[in-house]
Amino acid sequence: MTPTLEFFLFSALKVVAAASVLMAMVAYTVLAERRISAFVQDRIGPNRVGPAGLFQPLADAIKAFLKEDFVPGHVRKFFFWLAPVLVMLPGLLSLAVIPFGSRLGSQPMVIADLNVGILYTFGIVSLGVYGIVLAGYGSNSKYPFLGGVRSSAQMISYEVAMALSTIPVFMIVGDLNLSRVIGHQAGGWSHWMVFQAPLSFILFIAAAFAETNRLPFDLPEAENELVAGHNTEYSSIKFALFFMGEYSSMIAMSAMTVTLFFGGWTLPVFGLDQPAATWAAGIAHIAVFLSKVALMVCLMIYVRWMWPRFRYDQLMDLGWRRFVPLGLANILATALVLWARG
Amino acid sequence: MVEQQIWQYAPVLILLLVALGLIGGMLAASAALGPRGRRPPIKDSAYECGMLPVQPGGGRFAVKFHRVAMLFILFDIAVVFLYPWAVVYREMLAGQAPAVLGGVLVFVGVLLVGYLHAVRKGAFDWRG
Amino acid sequence: MQDLLFYVFAAVALIAGFLAVANPFSRNPLASALFLAVALVAVSGLFVLLHAFFLGAVQILIYAGAVMVLFLFVIMLLDLREEQKRRARKVAAGLASALALALAALISAAALAGGGPADPPALEGGARALGRALFTDFLLPFEIVAVLLVAAMVGVVWLSRKEAA
Repeated sequence: MTPTLEFFLFSALKVVAAASVLMAMVAYTVLAERRISAFVQDRIGPNRVGPAGLFQPLADAIKAFLKEDFVPGHVRKFFFWLAPVLVMLPGLLSLAVIPFGSRLGSQPMVIADLNVGILYTFGIVSLGVYGIVLAGYGSNSKYPFLGGVRSSAQMISYEVAMALSTIPVFMIVGDLNLSRVIGHQAGGWSHWMVFQAPLSFILFIAAAFAETNRLPFDLPEAENELVAGHNTEYSSIKFALFFMGEYSSMIAMSAMTVTLFFGGWTLPVFGLDQPAATWAAGIAHIAVFLSKVALMVCLMIYVRWMWPRFRYDQLMDLGWRRFVPLGLANILATALVLWARG
Repeated sequence: MVEQQIWQYAPVLILLLVALGLIGGMLAASAALGPRGRRPPIKDSAYECGMLPVQPGGGRFAVKFHRVAMLFILFDIAVVFLYPWAVVYREMLAGQAPAVLGGVLVFVGVLLVGYLHAVRKGAFDWRG
Repeated sequence: MQDLLFYVFAAVALIAGFLAVANPFSRNPLASALFLAVALVAVSGLFVLLHAFFLGAVQILIYAGAVMVLFLFVIMLLDLREEQKRRARKVAAGLASALALALAALISAAALAGGGPADPPALEGGARALGRALFTDFLLPFEIVAVLLVAAMVGVVWLSRKEAA
């Protein structure tokens, strides 16, 4: 087998594996959301399908496929069909640059080790606006339209905050490649970026909540104002695609947070800081990464059920008049500290 | 050959194809598996919480959304310029500190003037 | 392999560009905007093939992700039903075609004079090379960019101001 063929074969394998794991995680994140919300609200939640409700996601998926695939007569058909595709795509595509392990055998556990790493992610995230705008426009109905417009303005506003917040991390690391960012965080708890650039972390995680339309920033689908926002007119798998798109963005955002601030697949104990030499260590790295992501996801779910929603003017005020100056100040402060240290 | 950076972009294309196939497959499966229901006229109308829809959906929206979109482009461009700076900042600090620190201080300072102007003129005031 | 990808991206960019201006299936400006976005993403693929990785990423981030979103907003702000009915004026259409032909002639002349496809550059166009260039040789243009952006910000704030009541 030539090296080129081998490269393509392993790349395809990694792509399929990563996409499958993401889909499974999406399914179980939905279940986790329902169980955690039930716990917070002193209910039981779905526990009938399988042991402790573990087969619930499967039942939900089958149901979504077997529902009538209804396209209302008043919609603009082309855009109506296109929107769920464009909502789902960014969540899947942003997987590409995230290192989900060190290596298995001779294969690095990242789909594409790009040297512009983070900029690729931001580019893909910025394309997420299309699906929501088109859902609003294609539905040709008032609630989806208002939800779509609100959502896109919110996403672009917090994109600026998010991009600004990560710059200090890359000043410290000196490279945009995410594998290098993880390499830089190996060697001790204090090397994690969350401790080296704490303000960056706070700004990033807040912007991540807004980018994924999660509470406390879920204005686009504020039920009491907009019914369900941009996906009001959708049913069957198209509705499920909006749901899955939202959850896969949330998982991708968690994976990004773990990569940038919590050391990615490294753990400063048992020698798990260095790229794996054995298969067992390689699998342990993947397990470490997935556990960290799962913890981040649980945090995002927990916050959703504990916090009230912001008003739209508060949201815009926070994004533009608090986060942008804070992000700029954070960058300049980091620059001065690095300069003073020599 | 496959160690070259440009080859790292090939898996992105594979991922794009797999993602499109997955989504297309799901849409097609749902269209094939779902039952065809009756189609009374009310089912074809826009959802307005049980009321009959008045006026066509969508339409115009406030110009402030437009303003935020324009300001977003400008800030996005500014931030993109900061990324190459962030990457070289530490290694250039040793020899060319005035250029790399002073240069960016001026850049951010100038931007801050524009930002403060926008804030003063109420570009980010959403009420009213 | 890379030649093949070049033709794929170039074809996508050209077809999408054509559909953006002359779509036989729909006169909806939003469809045109989407095809323009597709063309921009394909051009980003061409940048990557030229080893201009940073430019490729920024092309998606700024053009497809920011400028085109503004286009969508502007299109939704307009009254689409009026726009779709309007036909292009004869003079304007003639002038535009003439200009387009002149541009095409200019580009083909330049391409024919330049010989075959260029070798990939020795320098990889990543963020590091760009950063070094910006802060050694191009510091003044870099600062002028800031001034330009501020001028644009003032313009935006002025354009979208509320009329004095």
